[in-house]
Amino acid sequence: MEIESITIHGGRGKDGTAEPVSEVTLRMGDIVSIVGPTGCGKTTLINDIELYAQLNTPSCRRVLINGERPPEELSWDPSRNPIALISQHTNFLSDMPVAQFLATHAAIRQSADRDHIVERTVSFANQLTGEPLILTNPMTELSGGQTRALLIADAVVIGNSPVILLDELENAGIHRTKALDLLRGYRKVFIFVTHDPRIALLSDYRIVMKQGAMQRVIMTEREERLVAEDIKKIDDLLLSLRQRIREGDRLSEEVVREHLQNLGYMPAA
Amino acid sequence: MKAVICAGPPTSGKTTILKQVTKRLLRNGHRPAYLKIDVQYADEDTLFADEFGIPTRKVYSGELCPDHCNVMVLGEAVEWAMENDCDFLLVETAGLCLRCSPYIEGSLGLVVIEATSGMNLPRKIGPMLSLADVAIVTKIDLVSQAEREVFRARILEAVPTVRVIETDALYGIGVDPLVSRLIASPDVAYPLYLRGNPPVGTCTICVGKKEIGWKQHFGVVRPLEGDMFYRGE
Repeated sequence: MEIESITIHGGRGKDGTAEPVSEVTLRMGDIVSIVGPTGCGKTTLINDIELYAQLNTPSCRRVLINGERPPEELSWDPSRNPIALISQHTNFLSDMPVAQFLATHAAIRQSADRDHIVERTVSFANQLTGEPLILTNPMTELSGGQTRALLIADAVVIGNSPVILLDELENAGIHRTKALDLLRGYRKVFIFVTHDPRIALLSDYRIVMKQGAMQRVIMTEREERLVAEDIKKIDDLLLSLRQRIREGDRLSEEVVREHLQNLGYMPAA
Repeated sequence: MKAVICAGPPTSGKTTILKQVTKRLLRNGHRPAYLKIDVQYADEDTLFADEFGIPTRKVYSGELCPDHCNVMVLGEAVEWAMENDCDFLLVETAGLCLRCSPYIEGSLGLVVIEATSGMNLPRKIGPMLSLADVAIVTKIDLVSQAEREVFRARILEAVPTVRVIETDALYGIGVDPLVSRLIASPDVAYPLYLRGNPPVGTCTICVGKKEIGWKQHFGVVRPLEGDMFYRGE
């Protein structure tokens, strides 16, 4: 099925009143973030999208594909479902080796050139994760970050899903900037549930949630894109300090100062 | 009067599914009755009576195999539901036998299996799955999309004709198409027949003889070396 747009018709928030955002349309190629405090209904919103809600979920939202009610069959067969959800508790339970599992999935998807597609999936995942995946490792032995990286790679490459929902990618221990760069190379709708300002500001727009309701849709402004660059630096600073601790080094005021100077936040001595 | 027989391994979500079904049947003006068959403990009959105010009852199979027990009591249970002016009898079985299936001809057979139970489960559970009309896959939110696909493919490989319905029963999703299927199912027609062949039902082990070794038993027995044979009068 060719997806051009997903429209969400607002339902009601936790207090039963109508959502302030009564309609929002996501178009093919959009990168969207869903933001808001814990418990505000972000996960419920992506569940509604994944389930093609038709007034039949607690929020009473309606989700349309290309402006129309999607055929029920879409959600019957996950291999034909254009939406892939990677939730916070999604996991691999199979202890099949990575390569064998990916080949099994590729066979179900009837992917052409199966050996090659397994390789491409693993190399995609390896760009997101610290330690590379080993093809003969059982999937249940992958680390949290490796698992998340492989889930994303599998959905993008083998699943080739046009719409991908990612719940709190920042908790996954994967390389976020790299992930966003890689994902931008694919024409899909990516929807991030996130608390991470970097992901939010690198999105095209963000949906703000409160009390179970969509409050506002905010387009990312030019200034925010510049701010995103600064956030990236702060984030990279933290990452590099983390890396030093991981490697068994000590931190000192001097090291931090050096980093801040390198980032241009402090004048060089 | 329609009968719906629900099987599936323990904790797979049978009760949660049947609750969602009951809620929707009542909303559509139907009058379901609920029967729980279990081995030694069940409180679902009280849960259903309290939550929905419908006729419920339970049967403990005790020393009988629960699927044998199902065969014994189901005829009278259908009559009980009719006497209570119900148009659906929902039977939740203990669902633990991998050799039998509790489904009867002219009823709707549902098997409830968890997506989290491992991708080989559909290859392991035999007639409980292969004789079912509908396979309901629960807890789909906990496993990767890829494994969901493999799980579904494995179900269809075991039973190409079964209708697979994926659900998130806590959220109530996927239940509507299941209820439509229930409403479209035929009324029970007498005489009632078990859909599959159960394994030997009068075996001395099933009736409580605990001694180990085929020489201690009667009926169809088998030694370690060699085939089964009949021992007895």
